Amino acid sequence: MAEPLLRISGLDAGYGDVQVLWGVSLEVPRAEISCLVGSNGAGKTTLMRALSGLIEARSGSIVLDGKPLAGASPEAVLGAGIAHVPEGRRLFAAMSVRDNLLMGAYLRRDGKAAIGSDLEKAFAMFPILRQRSMQDAGTLSGGEQQMCAIARGLMGRPRLLLIDELSLGLAPLVVDELCERLRALNREGLTILVVEQDVAIALELASTAFVMDTGRVTRSGASAAFADDPAIREAYLGTI
Amino acid sequence: MKRDASIALVLFALVALLPLSGEAYWMRLGTTMLMYGVLAMSWNFIGGMAGYPSFAVAAFFGLGAYAGAVAQKFGVPMGFAWVGAGLLALVFAALLGVALLRLRGHYFAIASLVVAEVLRELVNSMTGLTGGGMGLNLPIPAMASVDAQARFFFYVMLLLAAVTFTAMLITANSKLGFGLRCIQQNESAADMLGVDTTFYKVSAFMLSGVFVGVAGAVYASWVYYIEPPDVFDVLYSVKAIVMVLLGGAGSMFGPLVGAAAFLSLEELVWRNYLEVHTGVLGLMIVLLVLFLPKGLISLSQRLGRRGKLR
Repeated sequence: MAEPLLRISGLDAGYGDVQVLWGVSLEVPRAEISCLVGSNGAGKTTLMRALSGLIEARSGSIVLDGKPLAGASPEAVLGAGIAHVPEGRRLFAAMSVRDNLLMGAYLRRDGKAAIGSDLEKAFAMFPILRQRSMQDAGTLSGGEQQMCAIARGLMGRPRLLLIDELSLGLAPLVVDELCERLRALNREGLTILVVEQDVAIALELASTAFVMDTGRVTRSGASAAFADDPAIREAYLGTI
Repeated sequence: MKRDASIALVLFALVALLPLSGEAYWMRLGTTMLMYGVLAMSWNFIGGMAGYPSFAVAAFFGLGAYAGAVAQKFGVPMGFAWVGAGLLALVFAALLGVALLRLRGHYFAIASLVVAEVLRELVNSMTGLTGGGMGLNLPIPAMASVDAQARFFFYVMLLLAAVTFTAMLITANSKLGFGLRCIQQNESAADMLGVDTTFYKVSAFMLSGVFVGVAGAVYASWVYYIEPPDVFDVLYSVKAIVMVLLGGAGSMFGPLVGAAAFLSLEELVWRNYLEVHTGVLGLMIVLLVLFLPKGLISLSQRLGRRGKLR
């Protein structure tokens, strides 16, 4: 098996006196879509925040392609190639869609031409954003906002795209469309890690799955195996 | 940016003609207006662009005034004392910013409000250096006439206002200004996209301190005598904020328009309602903010849009 793109081992993290993550270990395979599922409060978002440097790891390691990132600042993490599409989208509501996307390229030093061509790519991927490019991001629908947030993440030219709560508050049709785009991105070689509460969607989209419970990764493996596993079906999918 | 710069150039050139009126009253008013403009534009860095409601203007102003006065007491030439006061305010803002800018919203506002009070008490108690509650006299600049003096301070404030405006224009059109606008709208998202929010906020706070520090020092020289309750007056903070909101927060000409409008209102009301002037002034400001939430500067855009419709 090829070397994983991201390897987390024994990661502890939390907020103030409260420890949320307890020795989290997982390996995100290269050029695949992986998903992280688990119930509310399992620590999924905290893991995302620790990964992107927004909260500090207390112990353990985060290694992206041989480069240690535990304790790195958000800038350094982004610079190393991890972009984070946060839960609830977090767009700059009073700025245009175009400016929001350009913000995603904030740290890049490779010149206007390269950024401009990536902006073109983002518009090609999400044509609705081109139509809305001069509109304030706050006026977009929920699905369009999620597209804008994902496109903003892509503007940083990441090697690993983290998406927190992909389907939250979105119509099923929109979710299908987003999943289709993510598969297309993945076919071009992008590694994606999706946090998703809707386990059915997550297992269908991803090839590898991680299950979190009370701050620990309790299971990991091929999504297909999970989808057939009676215990998982009962805990997260509901019995039919 | 070029358009803003040209408008500003014309504006400052017109204001520079004011001394031709030859009237002491207009000179005093003009100098005050320019000083208010400096305070308002400075607040715009942190309050308008970064969205942090700072009440630290009075602290920087008082610090600058006392730094300039004490420096001159020890024989530092006036010009150097002014620049030194600005640098001190810059360093002070940096240290203060690192500590206070961890707080957000109301918490930051309250914390910044306290700074002027603390400085005032310190200045009050350091009697040997500052004269304490008795205040401090400054050397009167040797000039031909009272009129020449008035003109001199008018032009100094004009220069300071022009420098502050230039700094604001450059900042707003730079990466720093872009980052600050992002912080204002969504700090955690800005953080996530790699904006060094701490560094940016502290930079904005330093910019909001340095010119106010110089203004305080120039003010001290202008009025020859300062005392703690005068220069650490919380009203300097409040006025700066009101002027920016009146003119239009975050915009380029908002602070200047706001300063001119506020001072005009203040003068008008003061003259006509001697007994209840603060009440009337407050009421007018409430009405303006209620009906023009984006400030006077938005009036031109509104009128422009209406004109186009016809």
